[in-house]
Amino acid sequence: MASALINVPKKARRGEIIEIKTLMSHVMETGYRHTAEGEVIPRDIITGFSCRYNGVEIFRADLFPAFSANPFITFFTVAQESGKFDFEWTGDKGFNDTASASIIVE
Amino acid sequence: MKDESTRRQFLGLAGGAAALGAVSLRPAAATPASMTTAIRAVVGEATVRTGKVKLEVPPLVENGNTVPMTVSVSNPMTPADHVVSIHVFNEKNPQPNMGNFYLGPHAGRAQVSTRIRLADSQKIVAIAKLSDGSFWSATTDVVVTLAACTDEVI
Repeated sequence: MASALINVPKKARRGEIIEIKTLMSHVMETGYRHTAEGEVIPRDIITGFSCRYNGVEIFRADLFPAFSANPFITFFTVAQESGKFDFEWTGDKGFNDTASASIIVE
Repeated sequence: MKDESTRRQFLGLAGGAAALGAVSLRPAAATPASMTTAIRAVVGEATVRTGKVKLEVPPLVENGNTVPMTVSVSNPMTPADHVVSIHVFNEKNPQPNMGNFYLGPHAGRAQVSTRIRLADSQKIVAIAKLSDGSFWSATTDVVVTLAACTDEVI
């Protein structure tokens, strides 16, 4: 069900600072809401996100219930070599999803 | 001996904060205790100075469920001097932590953006940790018209 949207430039000059945008579809249920019967809706959020560039971790985030549904995270990195970005999201109830994007550095 | 060192650290911290006009950790600021505790858990005994960090959140928010937020730090990103991490806190959501972001010299630019939930009009604090171990902060007040649904019944 879950799906990711990734935006990485296809091409970049070596040494250029590029922006990476990521969005993962997820309810991010806070665990603070309750049903009409008064039962607490259990927490179901993404707790961790990481990005690796050719195998090396370049960005990591800890997520809390304060993140909106479908967490959207953007960050920057320096284009070093042509290769691949690997993204990973982990969360409650064994949530785990990955995505990747490639880049050509000239 | 232990007591003395704690007292010295406290005085150093208080003095430093007063001299630099730091806001985030001054007990006199109307900062709820939980946020102060959460900040302490990250910075330890270090002094948090105001500056370098820019925290961009709309001053008036209509819907607290998705609030765009950008944190940037004006600091070089070189192996010798870079931003290690950015931490965001709030004072009135159920939890004081909003997010932790870990960067490195390869980031090129110390800037992250995301969308957050705000349960009430409140103060948000962003703290950046630099590679030399110093902490810098920025504080923003946000007015929220429709709060995020923390106690909504569905």
